[in-house]
Amino acid sequence: MGNLPSDHHHHAPASEIEERVKKLEALLIEKKLVDPQSLDKLVDTYEHRVGPKNGAAVVARAWVDDDFRQALLSDATSAIASLGYGGRQGEHMVCVENTRDTHNMVVCTLCSCYPWPVLGLPPAWYKASSYRARAVSEPRDVLKEFGVELPAQVEIKVWDSTAEIRYLVLPMRPVGTEGYTEEQLAELVTRDSMIGVDVLSAGL
Amino acid sequence: MNGAHDLGGKHGYGPVDQSQQQNFVHEWEEKVFAMTLACGMLGQWNLDQSRFSRERADPVEYLAGSYYEHWLHGLEILLVEHGLITEQELRTGIAEQPASVSAATPARVDEILNSGGPTELPDNAPALFAVGDTVVVKPDNPTLHTRAPAYVKGKAGRIVAHYGSHIYADEHAASGEKQPQHLYCVQFAADTLWGDSGCTGSSVHLDLFEPYLLSLQQHIALLQNHDGVD
Repeated sequence: MGNLPSDHHHHAPASEIEERVKKLEALLIEKKLVDPQSLDKLVDTYEHRVGPKNGAAVVARAWVDDDFRQALLSDATSAIASLGYGGRQGEHMVCVENTRDTHNMVVCTLCSCYPWPVLGLPPAWYKASSYRARAVSEPRDVLKEFGVELPAQVEIKVWDSTAEIRYLVLPMRPVGTEGYTEEQLAELVTRDSMIGVDVLSAGL
Repeated sequence: MNGAHDLGGKHGYGPVDQSQQQNFVHEWEEKVFAMTLACGMLGQWNLDQSRFSRERADPVEYLAGSYYEHWLHGLEILLVEHGLITEQELRTGIAEQPASVSAATPARVDEILNSGGPTELPDNAPALFAVGDTVVVKPDNPTLHTRAPAYVKGKAGRIVAHYGSHIYADEHAASGEKQPQHLYCVQFAADTLWGDSGCTGSSVHLDLFEPYLLSLQQHIALLQNHDGVD
């Protein structure tokens, strides 16, 4: 594979990469290996239709419905499917619950495994070297960078997604939200809280 | 392989760059994402082979390049290796011979996204381990695709879940065969992995296939066999 274009340069400038991508796309379309409408559909699906709003709906339901919460913690794939979410990169889901004593945090040190049906595609930082290198060895320091300072006695459990099981963190429900509707609760749930690098507040 | 992608526990990468909140930073990255998924749907290679195509990048290239540059490079490798395009076509961008397979239609794309690719398989052997067992990750060093990161090799942990049998990633990447292997979630105490200093978590959990694991007895036997080696 010594003749592939990428071997000739490191850290190619944006314009060079753009040209390379454009050329490959045109070639694949001409050879009917990809359908341009399918390409548009793939981008549209993950840019606009599938995202952390799905996960937030799952979390809010778990907060208001204890039967659902139990189901989510014992068989997350089925519980999440019952709300209509599933498919690629969410085939086998496990949900881990944050409590006063335990904080969970998810990473993929080897690549970028992430529960697409409930969170969409991962933010660039999740796929970059720093987070992947440090989340497993110094999670408390990483959390501090995200503005999360946990008391020393809180146990920090890190989940490195090394096979096809995808992890969703169930964050703690913020205090002072007793009167909130499920929809209002869902609005409080951030993507980062479901990765485990954010702790929620009601903004009170 | 323990290439540049095997990043767990490595030092020197600085703080997490939180300016990168989006998935796609440049427009061309959307295209690389979509082309990679669409070409994967041609059925010529599987997800583990796709991962392996990215891991094989030159380490300098891997660390200097952005995430979707890895994907682009991996896709080019797969397209050429599987004979869907030639190196000449890749260089010139001009099609010279027709492809033997054709693109998934948008309707088929929807079906594939919705069904996903479940990896659970019926067991073909009884499980060697059970929840609560202490296991040690084999200290091997395979040159092909594997999902046991370097930082747990030779380390002891406790099985906290048994997920049944799943497609064994190593074999899936090597031969394409969907070989069932028991998959366990193993919890490692942070100080087992990182010692007393510099570890700021409590435990790390990894999903590990049975062939990666030794029982404590097997591990001790291995150590005793080497006793007295100069």
